[in-house]
Amino acid sequence: MAAINRDDVAHLARLAHIEMSAEELDRMAGELAVIVDSVKSVSEAAGDDVPATSHPIPLSNVFREDVVGHTFTAEQALSGAPDSDDNRFKVPAILDEA
Amino acid sequence: MSTDHILSFEEAMEKYDPVLGFEVHVELNTKTKMFSSAPNVFGDEPNTNVNEVDLGMPGVLPVVNKAAIESSIKIGLALNCKIAESCRFARKNYFYPDTPKNFQTSQYDEPIAYDGYLDIELSDGTVFRVEIERAHMEEDAGKLTHMGGATGRIQGADFSLVDYNRAGVPLVEIVTKPIEGAGSRAPELAKAYVAAVREIVKNLGVSDAKMERGNVRCDANVSLRPHGRERFGIRSETKNVNSLRAVEHAVRYEIQRHAAVLEAGEPVVQETRHWHEDTRTTTSGRAKSDADDYRYFPEPDLVPVVPSREWVEELRAALPEPPAERRKRLKADWGYSDLEFRDVVNAGVLDEIEETIAAGASASVARKWWMGEIVGRAKAADVDPGQLGVQPATIVELAGMVEAGKINNKMASQVLDGVLAGEGTPEEIVEKRGLAVVSDDGPLLEAIDAALAAQPDVADKIRGGKVQAIGAIVGGVMKATRGQADAGRVRELILEKLGVTV
Repeated sequence: MAAINRDDVAHLARLAHIEMSAEELDRMAGELAVIVDSVKSVSEAAGDDVPATSHPIPLSNVFREDVVGHTFTAEQALSGAPDSDDNRFKVPAILDEA
Repeated sequence: MSTDHILSFEEAMEKYDPVLGFEVHVELNTKTKMFSSAPNVFGDEPNTNVNEVDLGMPGVLPVVNKAAIESSIKIGLALNCKIAESCRFARKNYFYPDTPKNFQTSQYDEPIAYDGYLDIELSDGTVFRVEIERAHMEEDAGKLTHMGGATGRIQGADFSLVDYNRAGVPLVEIVTKPIEGAGSRAPELAKAYVAAVREIVKNLGVSDAKMERGNVRCDANVSLRPHGRERFGIRSETKNVNSLRAVEHAVRYEIQRHAAVLEAGEPVVQETRHWHEDTRTTTSGRAKSDADDYRYFPEPDLVPVVPSREWVEELRAALPEPPAERRKRLKADWGYSDLEFRDVVNAGVLDEIEETIAAGASASVARKWWMGEIVGRAKAADVDPGQLGVQPATIVELAGMVEAGKINNKMASQVLDGVLAGEGTPEEIVEKRGLAVVSDDGPLLEAIDAALAAQPDVADKIRGGKVQAIGAIVGGVMKATRGQADAGRVRELILEKLGVTV
């Protein structure tokens, strides 16, 4: 059984910006461990002759020529924004997390 | 803002050995963005160079810009890197309004270029090799403006305004291996390294390379360890150090700050630092996140990039001459001294002098004009010398007139002013301003008589054999003729007049 404790889940929840109750953290710790173990079973099925792969389709080098296409107007770009000012998206001041 | 305790640089160097590392972000100058066909243009109206991909709308699919891949490979090759046989993009997950997708498309475990080096020449000619760990592709983020706070900084801001024009602009991030052994030259090396990277990407034509516009941005990592210890100390990462001078200052400051922390017996905190140009200090940013916290995973919407070896070799064959080699060649060709050449490089007129020589000027004439005349005017006008718009042909023409004795150097300088003021070609200006060396001795003799009469004591000195006093008389004549006389001829005539033979 994968070792995922409550602190791991709390950390992930914080990274994902998801608020979770104490009860949810406990339940998710158990559930996530089961999920991780289930995914792990895939690697048991794949032998050494199967390379790790991230893309299931045999495609590469899908490129676009460097030609300018369509753009939105500022009005269109901002049409779905909860708030805007001076043709820019207005967001609450957020502490530097980037 | 708290003030850090710092040690003097000399004391820090006595006790500690600095280890550096750099992440330099280069914005590519492709016509469109990395994953969308929106234009990559600086300075447009906010949120007008965006489409659904840049705004991270649901269901959109990114498509890689082929020109950006090509530029990235060129950068890798110019940094002596290996180019990956196959590489992929990854998502770097974080929540911050500079990216509307809540992740930045980047590369993680498979960069397009890796294992390179760059030889950096320091001011005294010492060559220092900086090893390049990797150069990977990613996209730039949008631009945030913090509003409402007194300082415009994030602290105390009420809200932020976001412009996504820059979101998705192609970036190449160049990461060095730890740089050891620079010692007290670490700040100088830091500046020289960033300058070399900037020069290379400019020379390749893949970036506008203007640091003041953020086309080239540097994060500087600094750590200290006691002399003789192999293990690295804990590092700080100073973000967005955006001028060459600031790179040097920031590295120097961080060395001094770390040394003071270590001397006090405290541990250095692993964190990002913000550079402040006004006070030339850094302040604490956030604690550095673990890479794990970004939960990188392969970007499922983009298939791998597999540059064929033929393509890579084609690009390699078409690379321009590396800037350092070009400088070596030009210095030898032109026969300038070390000092003369360094001054030319520092003044930023290497291209201009090369073009002027190509137009027919001698190497010394080209240097005299650019360094003696044009650089000073550019400085006064607060622009780059090249921006004044002086044509190589103009310099060749002016130099030819001086050589033919038609005008003297002082007049040539006036003619240049006329050219810059848009008064016409040098020949037209000479005509219009009535500038020509007076070769008829008649008017000269009158002026000489007047000058001698005005300074009889000087005239006596010259008669008495003190020929070096003649400058005062020549000066008087030049003044009277508004600089149009041939000074050499004036001197001859004065001596003749006073019956002095030299």
